[in-house]
Amino acid sequence: MTQLVLFNLFNGLIIGAFYALMALGLSLILNLSGVINFAHGGFLAIGGYLAYSLVPYLGYWGALLVSPFLVAFIGILVERVLIRQLYGRDPLYSLLLTFGLAFMIEDGTRFIWGAQSLPFQIPAWLSRPLSADYFFLTGYRVFMMLLVTAVVAGLFVILNYTRLGIRIRAGTLDLETVSVLGVNVRVLRNLNFGLGIYLAGLAGVLAVGMLGLQPNIGDNLIMPSFIAIIVGGLGSLPGTLAGGILIGVVSGVTTVFLPAASEAVIYVMMAAVLIVRPRGLLGEEGRF
Amino acid sequence: MGERLSDVVNRTAPRLMDKRTGDILIWLLLLSAPFWLPAAGSYVELGTRVVVFALAATALNFLLGYTGVLSFGHAAYFGLGAYGTALTIKFLVASTPVGMLVGVVVGAIAAAIIGLMIIRLRGVYFAMCTIAFGQVFYFIAFQWFSLTNGDDGVSAWHRMPLDLGFTTIDILNSSNAFYYFVLAVFAACVAAMAFLLRSPFGRTLQAIRENERRARFLGIPVDAHIWMSWVISCFFVSVAGTLFALMNNFVDPRAMRWDQSGTFVIMTVLGGMRSFWGPLIGSAIYLVLQDYISSHTENWMSFIGAFFVLIVLFFPRGVLGLIGRKAVS
Repeated sequence: MTQLVLFNLFNGLIIGAFYALMALGLSLILNLSGVINFAHGGFLAIGGYLAYSLVPYLGYWGALLVSPFLVAFIGILVERVLIRQLYGRDPLYSLLLTFGLAFMIEDGTRFIWGAQSLPFQIPAWLSRPLSADYFFLTGYRVFMMLLVTAVVAGLFVILNYTRLGIRIRAGTLDLETVSVLGVNVRVLRNLNFGLGIYLAGLAGVLAVGMLGLQPNIGDNLIMPSFIAIIVGGLGSLPGTLAGGILIGVVSGVTTVFLPAASEAVIYVMMAAVLIVRPRGLLGEEGRF
Repeated sequence: MGERLSDVVNRTAPRLMDKRTGDILIWLLLLSAPFWLPAAGSYVELGTRVVVFALAATALNFLLGYTGVLSFGHAAYFGLGAYGTALTIKFLVASTPVGMLVGVVVGAIAAAIIGLMIIRLRGVYFAMCTIAFGQVFYFIAFQWFSLTNGDDGVSAWHRMPLDLGFTTIDILNSSNAFYYFVLAVFAACVAAMAFLLRSPFGRTLQAIRENERRARFLGIPVDAHIWMSWVISCFFVSVAGTLFALMNNFVDPRAMRWDQSGTFVIMTVLGGMRSFWGPLIGSAIYLVLQDYISSHTENWMSFIGAFFVLIVLFFPRGVLGLIGRKAVS
């Protein structure tokens, strides 16, 4: 029983880390640009598929390094050409546009790489279990946890100590003033979008190592990411991080006792948060 | 800042024709559809689908265009209506009206409860919560296998002929009869919505859309009004959902997925949000196009996606909005 609980707890942590990685990217974009990026799951899929195509040339580690940057570059292009035109307009339009993008990306990946699911090879020494008793502790899972922790820590370092990060946070609070102070807001939003998409691409490479490649792999991750943002509190990145891990763990633990409810429980959590504390765990009062 | 939704929809379009003429023309077209659709190389079932989705989109527009509140989760109540109808006819009472009644009641009650949780939220936050709550019912339908048969959907049932006591209308086997049945339901719902929008209640909703803060200062209980508008909108979407189930004699979880919600929104925007008939026109264009594209290419998803993008970039006021703007210049 202990083993079962531990197994699901650990599983929940990993899933939660994915939710958090996705949700942090969504949250960055939402906070600075007011855009809900429905296509985030699509960018995640592109990250996975690009890594799949890069592995023969660069090896696993090269693909892990390069693929997220390529995805971020695609994201930056998309922002320049399409998303930029919608800033300041009703959120309805950015929702519809990214919604259409999500369709196009899913169909595009299916067209290029095929509809059937593909296996994604990770280095053999990573996939071995680390302990005979706790079979679920494979090297890959521990590695994923460490990498996600490092990336999230890196993100917060960027946001707190670099000029770009400080401007992003300032822009979240008051974009007009930031603009008046001489910061090029268009470039700022562009880079910020790229940063958010980078996180999606990285999540994609990591996810396909565990789940394999499917064109709609992002679909199952995007809804919980929305909920992570709502539970954590709109406008708060630490909140989003906490929200993602929290719903992952709660959903994992629920699997032990009531497997059928493991999806539903995160929606129950969202409902509870909205009733008790509509601004979310760490959200600011009156922001939305 | 930039352009807001209310700015876009507020530019009142000068009418190309008298409003009443337009109404009469639309009703004549709808009533005669079974006669001219086959002649135009199409089929009556497509007309039925257009009317069903037009009802859903018009119901969404009650909230979106006339109250100024964005919901991206209306498919949930559409799907609840559909499932309520299908399960009632399959397991409880083999009667079309009873099935519809159950479906609509289920959808409206769910909307009333969820509405209470989200009416305090605004803008993007409201939209996000509607999306997330919309998915709850998708997962329930997907996972409650013993009742809903999961991903395979509820099949092995069909709509029943209408028994009026003195006569029976065979909406099961005659597609024309079913079309007129759907059109009659559509007419009743649309008339009810038009009546509500012209009433003081409807004018209050439009006042909230124009300027929520001013409405609040005038003493209007804004949250309560938005809640009522939400429930009314979801109620009529459920009606459309029941018709959708009857139309297909089948329902599966995809009826309540988030892409279905997106379809309702794009139909509404495509036709024109400010105009009452916009959603009907949007629904017709969207479904005819989808019918055409999906019969010509496997990659219809890309085309539909590109279609979304193009509408947002070049066509945000929709067809009726564009006609209005042309008339100005």
